[in-house]
Amino acid sequence: MEHRSPIHGIMGEFETPEDLLAASRQARDAGYKHIDAYTPFPIEGLAAAIGFRWTFVPLITLSGGLLGGLGGFGLQYWCSAIAYPENIGGRSLNSWPAFIPVTFEMTVLFASLFAVVGMLALNKLPQPYHPVFNVERFAAQASTDRFFLCIEARDAKFDLVETARFLESVHATHVVEVRDED
Amino acid sequence: MSVTQTPTNSPEIRRLDPVLEPGHTYASVTDKIAAVVLTRPLGIGWLAGFALCFSIVMLLTVAVAWLFTKGVGIWGINIPIGWGFAIVNFVWWIGIGHAGTLISAILFLLNQKWRTSINRFAEAMTLFAVACAGIFPLIHTGRPWMAYYMFPYPSTMGLWPQFRSPLIWDVFAVSTYGTVSLLFWYIGLLPDLATLRDRAKYKYQQVIFGILSMGWRNSARHWHRYQSAYLLLAGLATPLVLSVHTVVSFDFAIAIVPGWHTTIFPPYFVAGAIYSGFAMVITIAIPLRKAYGLEDFITMRHLDNMAKVMLATGLIVAYGYFIEFVLAYYSGNKFDVFLANQRLHGPYSHFYYALLLCNILTPQLLWMEKVRRSIPALFLLSLVINTGMWLERFVIVVISLTRDFMPSAWGRYSATFWDYATLLGTLGLFTMLLFLFVRGLPAIAIAEMRELVAHEGHSKKGHD
Repeated sequence: MEHRSPIHGIMGEFETPEDLLAASRQARDAGYKHIDAYTPFPIEGLAAAIGFRWTFVPLITLSGGLLGGLGGFGLQYWCSAIAYPENIGGRSLNSWPAFIPVTFEMTVLFASLFAVVGMLALNKLPQPYHPVFNVERFAAQASTDRFFLCIEARDAKFDLVETARFLESVHATHVVEVRDED
Repeated sequence: MSVTQTPTNSPEIRRLDPVLEPGHTYASVTDKIAAVVLTRPLGIGWLAGFALCFSIVMLLTVAVAWLFTKGVGIWGINIPIGWGFAIVNFVWWIGIGHAGTLISAILFLLNQKWRTSINRFAEAMTLFAVACAGIFPLIHTGRPWMAYYMFPYPSTMGLWPQFRSPLIWDVFAVSTYGTVSLLFWYIGLLPDLATLRDRAKYKYQQVIFGILSMGWRNSARHWHRYQSAYLLLAGLATPLVLSVHTVVSFDFAIAIVPGWHTTIFPPYFVAGAIYSGFAMVITIAIPLRKAYGLEDFITMRHLDNMAKVMLATGLIVAYGYFIEFVLAYYSGNKFDVFLANQRLHGPYSHFYYALLLCNILTPQLLWMEKVRRSIPALFLLSLVINTGMWLERFVIVVISLTRDFMPSAWGRYSATFWDYATLLGTLGLFTMLLFLFVRGLPAIAIAEMRELVAHEGHSKKGHD
């Protein structure tokens, strides 16, 4: 955390996903870049509305799958043809059709592990502390039935008074400062 | 699929029962599911049930301890029947697990909304079933402390596993399946653990759920990556679940034993797995919704749909039985023909007829809507099908092994007390884990239920 100011940002609370979605689009249109939305369930189009489109999760998963598949086959080839070659009825040492099941399982295993660990790592989880939890209403209701939009202090356009006024203008029911206490 | 859309009101859809009873809000679904974990006191029913299961688990530990002391001789197995109950139970349990992954992955990819309220406990069921299944090959090895020989590791003996053997494929398939099921389940739980953390009344709950939820804060960026990972996992789990029982069936099909060496095994094993798995989901869902008042979430629609899946997979299984006979007679191979006749007229034929009764005949009742909508009938049928699927594996393992090629090498098999104790013990373990699960973690995916509320259009909008 290179940026350590006592204010993390300003947070607006919304009653419905539609209000939040509209507010997020307006915040982007107003020129805010460092914003994040918080919702109790995933909302279609919200990530795009706050300017987040691209995720590396699929690429990470693909690389895990490739690693698992090649590694799995390589392991079997090495074991069966190099490290411990056994002549069974003159059959080929690289009996690749018999290696397919394990190759497949290793592909799935590594792709899944990479998908999950990659997703958590990109989300910077586990994260024991985050300033948004200092907001009482957020901690109580963000995972139930309220929708939040936070404009962060590191945004170039951020201004305590102006940003709060902006959030009110897009129909936030509550607007609060998010304090970052040590 | 914007959140503002309400579902289409075509008469066809309206005719069906809802997947969620009307009148629920984001808060009401959250409260209702979270309360089972957070605030509801432990009732006498739960305690009594748990105590019973726990004592059965003690029986399991005694059975396994005695096995480790004396060796596999305490079981009914001997040459030529080296497999017996251990493999029957292994295949049965691993099959039961398949419904969980099917519901969570395949129905997710097919965008079936009715999966939402049953996927969580079906996934838990998968994990517990795989745990029970995993016990059997391990203790069946005779020297379980050397089970690690099956994994490829650089040993001082310079030995490596025989990767051309289906038994090694099995090790990889089952351990991958267990791991991926656990990941899928945990990822699904993550937002719900955060919900529980936020709603926890006591410090210990906050700490436990706080650690487990990893600081999940419902950010839209997080959700975006989360959904991407979840979709990919579903896509990966779908071929995986089909591969696992295929590999299990290879344990039999790759061998040249009559009755095993057939190409119908992989598809009919997978269908059988889903068949028994759905039966087990129904066996669990019916008491669960009753005990915790979850009838609004696990509706008749769910039970009806699951019954239909059972009927469909049951017919595939019936087709499998039929084809086994066709192939045996058509091939003209005298050992295959003999084996087929053994099933009908041999010393274990009563098991085969019981299997036909449980797996093919009785489930035809599901064609009747009345039966699919009667909870007692459905519960009973699910038990019958689970019994039938266990008998199927018994028939496959025992009949083929007792009478293979040379009459001089034939034998007979009967299970001992310790065989039954171990089977009963794993049933106890499975049920005990379920008891712990329903009170320790949300049995229904809360975040997905909130999503369902939004999509079904009865959100709190318009209330204030």
